[in-house]
Amino acid sequence: MSLTTFAGSAQFAIVSVLGAGGTAAAAIAAAILLNLRYGPMALSAASVFRGGKLRRLLEAQLLVDESWALAQRDGRFDRRVMIGAGLALYVGWSTGTAVGVLAGDSLGDPATLGLDAAFPALFLALLSPLLRNRNALAAALIGAGIALALTPITPAGIPVIAATAACLVGLRRPAPEGQEKRA
Amino acid sequence: MSAAWTAVLVVGLATVAIKAAGPVLAGGRELPQSSARVVNLLAPALLAALVATQAFASDESLVVDERGAGLAAAGVAILLRAPLLLVVVVAAVTAATLRAIS
Repeated sequence: MSLTTFAGSAQFAIVSVLGAGGTAAAAIAAAILLNLRYGPMALSAASVFRGGKLRRLLEAQLLVDESWALAQRDGRFDRRVMIGAGLALYVGWSTGTAVGVLAGDSLGDPATLGLDAAFPALFLALLSPLLRNRNALAAALIGAGIALALTPITPAGIPVIAATAACLVGLRRPAPEGQEKRA
Repeated sequence: MSAAWTAVLVVGLATVAIKAAGPVLAGGRELPQSSARVVNLLAPALLAALVATQAFASDESLVVDERGAGLAAAGVAILLRAPLLLVVVVAAVTAATLRAIS
């Protein structure tokens, strides 16, 4: 599955739904809801993809949270960074899955190493350089607010998708000229 | 076909389609300025939502645990202009240390 659905959180969702005795349909729905966030992510990067439709389709598959976030460079999206990071993650993730299947029991709980705290920190570090104007800051705060508010009342996956609505602040309050140029 | 393999296959195909939609339909050209302003804000909104959920969500409830402390430490490291890798390590070490002593 690591080979066909390059998206870790959806894998965990399927495993936890099926593991809890859920149906295949429920597992599929949960995983697709989680992966819907790649729609807006890929759209935000769409203008930098080049070449024919098939090439864009294949390159887009290397998009995951981490490669997409690492490719944010000074407010632009660097396609080559995403492809490089995506390939490295794909190889690492697939090998890691195989190692985990073979040797999973001998490893400790990753939480002991604080690995679960590494991901929010990575995303925060990648977010901070984007917050150069008031619109970006507003979008980030509203996005985080929406995600936290919806977490207790919606299934996993919905909060992050709903948070994308925060980008609509771009319609309401155009940034002053000077800041727009730097963005 | 077992439930697990059905799920693997269907989700795999759906994910390919979701990821490809934007770049295939809108790739290779600049967006008009008004929609570019909105699309540019997708990145901060999504990243902030990922930060929030990865740090404070546990299944479907909100918790403040060692991940939150790690995130706060990461915030300090970012303000001190620490490099990316150091920021991540600071967060992991903070969370691991707090877990070890609690």
